Amino acid sequence: MSEVCRVSAERRGDVAVLSTDGYINNQGGEEIARQAYAQLESGAKSLVLNLEKTRIVNSIGISILIEVLEKVMDRKGKLVFCGLTPTIDKTFRIMGLAQYAAIFPTEADAVAAVSP
Amino acid sequence: MSLDATGAREISLTIPVAPDMEIVATAQAAAVGEFIAMPHDKIDEVKLALVEACINAFEHAHARDDRVHLTFRVDRDEDAREFLEVDVLDQGKGFDQASIETPSTAKTFSGRQKRGWGLQIIRSLMDSVVITSDEEGTRIRMRKYK
Repeated sequence: MSEVCRVSAERRGDVAVLSTDGYINNQGGEEIARQAYAQLESGAKSLVLNLEKTRIVNSIGISILIEVLEKVMDRKGKLVFCGLTPTIDKTFRIMGLAQYAAIFPTEADAVAAVSP
Repeated sequence: MSLDATGAREISLTIPVAPDMEIVATAQAAAVGEFIAMPHDKIDEVKLALVEACINAFEHAHARDDRVHLTFRVDRDEDAREFLEVDVLDQGKGFDQASIETPSTAKTFSGRQKRGWGLQIIRSLMDSVVITSDEEGTRIRMRKYK
């Protein structure tokens, strides 16, 4: 059995929106990281991670998201989240992720927050 | 779902130590939660706590039978509050709870310790958590009230 997390990317100027669909475990986290780093290399300054279609993120997946966040911060960019379930929102706050990355209810709010 | 000796309703499931088997466990948790009409946000919390408990067992227990044994129990406490309780049992080497370092955001973001949040997440998402561990194995018993 395999729970594949699909990740799609959309570019809006300097902002890249990555949308996930499925369980974010180590493989899902690594796919997000791969696409995020590709977007940064191609000039994106900020990332929006839309987790609207994800119901579970495990702590391994979150640890990879933190690495992505640190890389974005090293580049003086921003990473924000949107579309979190209450449980994922709560988990991000438990781990302190919300101290470093803002959380918005909708993708429009998130994109607006990081757009120049 | 069967009745045990105390009248609680319970179901058992054994999963192999293998990738993504924790998701099989969450499907059972969701089914039992829905059986008692537990709100979906609470079911999601049980599912995530269960994922973390299974991952801990997969990664750290080194279970002799390469299995994790789960029991899902529905019952009421002395105040008649209905709950879903999940036991996650492995026949591994056990661990000393006192030796587990409490994770912190500062350590996580300074790059020293990205992992190690599993038990903290479980305790934060569930209403009660009891861990018993010795050289015969580990049991995490976690309860969520409806």
